[in-house]
Amino acid sequence: MNNVTLVRKEPSESLFREDGLRLDGRGLDELRPIRMEVGVLNNADGSAYVEHGKNKIVAAVYGPRELHPKHLALPDKALVRCEYRMATFSVEERKSPAPGRREVELSKVIRESLEPAIFVYKYPRATIDVFVQILQADGGTRCASITAAALALADAGVPMRDLVVGCAVGKIEGKVAVDLSDVEDKLGEGDIPMALMPTKKVITLLQSDGDFTPEEFKQALEMGIAACEKIYEMQRDILIERYSKVREEVAEEQEEE
Amino acid sequence: MGYNNGNNDDDEVEGIVHVVETEEGKFFFERFQIVIPGTLLGKGRFKAGEGCYRENDDFYASVVGLADFREGFIMVVPLEGIYIPKEEDIVIGTIMDTRITSWRVDIRAPYEAILTASNFLDKPFSPVYDDVRDILSIGDVIVAKILSFDRTRDPILMAKGQGLGRLHSGRIIEIRPTKVPRVIGKRGSMINLLKRETGCRIVVGQNGRIWVSGRSFEDEYLVVQALKKIEREAHTSGLTDRVKDLIRNEKERRHKESE
Amino acid sequence: MVGLSEVTSAIEREHISSLLVHGKRIDDRGLFEFRNIEVEVSPIEKAEGSAQVVLGGTKVVAGVKVDVGPPFSDTPNKGVLTCNAELTPIASPFFESGPPDEQTVELARVVDRGIRESKAVDLEKLVLIPGEKVRVCFVDVYVLDYDGNLFDASEIAASVALMAAKVPEVEVNEDTGEITVLDKKQLLPISNIPVSATFAKIDGVLVLDPCLKEERVQDARITMTSTQEGNICAFQKGGIGTITLEDVDTVIEVVKEKAEPVRDLIRELTKEVRGEI
Repeated sequence: MNNVTLVRKEPSESLFREDGLRLDGRGLDELRPIRMEVGVLNNADGSAYVEHGKNKIVAAVYGPRELHPKHLALPDKALVRCEYRMATFSVEERKSPAPGRREVELSKVIRESLEPAIFVYKYPRATIDVFVQILQADGGTRCASITAAALALADAGVPMRDLVVGCAVGKIEGKVAVDLSDVEDKLGEGDIPMALMPTKKVITLLQSDGDFTPEEFKQALEMGIAACEKIYEMQRDILIERYSKVREEVAEEQEEE
Repeated sequence: MGYNNGNNDDDEVEGIVHVVETEEGKFFFERFQIVIPGTLLGKGRFKAGEGCYRENDDFYASVVGLADFREGFIMVVPLEGIYIPKEEDIVIGTIMDTRITSWRVDIRAPYEAILTASNFLDKPFSPVYDDVRDILSIGDVIVAKILSFDRTRDPILMAKGQGLGRLHSGRIIEIRPTKVPRVIGKRGSMINLLKRETGCRIVVGQNGRIWVSGRSFEDEYLVVQALKKIEREAHTSGLTDRVKDLIRNEKERRHKESE
Repeated sequence: MVGLSEVTSAIEREHISSLLVHGKRIDDRGLFEFRNIEVEVSPIEKAEGSAQVVLGGTKVVAGVKVDVGPPFSDTPNKGVLTCNAELTPIASPFFESGPPDEQTVELARVVDRGIRESKAVDLEKLVLIPGEKVRVCFVDVYVLDYDGNLFDASEIAASVALMAAKVPEVEVNEDTGEITVLDKKQLLPISNIPVSATFAKIDGVLVLDPCLKEERVQDARITMTSTQEGNICAFQKGGIGTITLEDVDTVIEVVKEKAEPVRDLIRELTKEVRGEI
């Protein structure tokens, strides 16, 4: 933006408050508030909306469906495709609408974190399409996207071994902390996004950037697993609630009569 | 394998409260309990039915649905999911494209179906003298039966015979394929109720497409409203009565409005 | 974007037409009746302004980002306004990802014209240093669920997002050209509320706010955007069918009656942020 100088205020220096808690009042192993909804769209075969901190994410699944163009089809299993996209207004500075390298990489790692859970051999020659739209980004979008996409897959009725749940762990001012917020992510020393198949206890996404000692890395994984398990409980509850709700509503209607 | 190499005792599985013992083993759910992918359903020598998979002696749910145990099978009745063709299923399809002696038919499945001229016409078909496009054109709607399908090849349709063939007029409504059994009801109770109360002719495709033809828009629209209710409230009890009430109330309302 | 072969069944086409002969629609609406409109104001905190609009089964989210930049050289004394649309593959089995195609660009430009030509945003008030620095407003509309009539849903979302937008106040040092962003926020200068009304023409019959099933069998489409004074600030005929002078008359008459309730809704929704307009 030619020769325009924008002066912005720097955020406060420390990522911890005087009482030792993080800026948003969380302890090191505490998650941000999370809200989930399933079946939020009409057209998609499955869909979910996840708010994780200030992340706002819509995930949609189409399929298994016929694949076009047909030469891409795999003879023995379904092709899983994934697209992670950020809305232009999801970040502080408007993002270009065209996908960047980051979105391409994240699409790939999200797909590879979901596919181990999907029974792809049940649908040879078909495709399962997973689309993730970030409406607002607040640190840890890929992990929250995986949480949302797994819900959308379950909502689409795609057969799976397990759900998949994601959460990041990072390092801020020398301390390992789960679920970094946007500010912590930007000013912290490192970030480890991870995802699990929670009942199988296996990892399906693991990345890291920054600087961790081997001890810190292992500690981070343990904290991440514990955090993922908490998020998994919410996933499980929301899926069950979606159907028990209809049952209850009907039961109430009947009582009224 | 796994990040937390098993300190799970085989007999004590975390979080399980409901245990039923059978001669095959133990299962851990109440009948029609809502389960999700990965839920441990049972341990033992069961057979894995629909919506269920097995790892060694453990049986897990693979879809969101209602867990059930029947004749040695652990299964999950799915609550969501697209239509996968099965032999003998009756489906409603739309002609998408024509070949020299066949049509490509959309049956709302991941696999486009094939209808050959000989499976539609009663008389012989000669590609030299006849043109399939004169018989069925793109956009035409048919009721057909799945003759064969094995996932590696596209489904083959049969569209001649009793109740099969091309549909004319009326309207098509799409519902989730997993709700089709509810639209039909036990021994056809729901579908017969719909036909009786609205006077419409109705054909239900297993692929979630439903053809409705009535004397008036109002009659057909009654069916649309009823189907919406059935779709939303599938898997609840007393649905047939509530659908009957909906139709009767709606008829009454319209009757009053017209006075 | 419509990648998969999309065939409307002959039965559906016939059904819609046969109802229209009797002045009826598949979802039991009147010919000139909008579907239910639900709006959530400012769901996206990181955007300066935002709105989610649900119009029947269609769902869109619009976000406004405001930056500082140079004006266009032919309008040195006006701020910059750009509308963009994304038909995300989330929204329909027939949308594919990729660079914006004709349908997407047409949608963005029709929404843009409604806002620009009605002077909804007073662009002259967005100038910081004439000829050098102005505010640059981006309105981005994301379609999340497609059940017909993206035009009106997007126009409402864009209008509400702009009206609800709060941008940081700035301090301009005219000597150095340095612009300091302050903590205080201000509203964008809004001087009109455009409302669009989209019609499908099916077998010679016009219907307002077509749903997807109607859109798929329409011969032609008409979008007319009106200002709060009742003038026409944008008009767009689409589709390969034709329209007549009578059609235009009908559209103008219907818009007179149907646009105002939508405008009132937008006023009501943004009253809290803006005060009365």
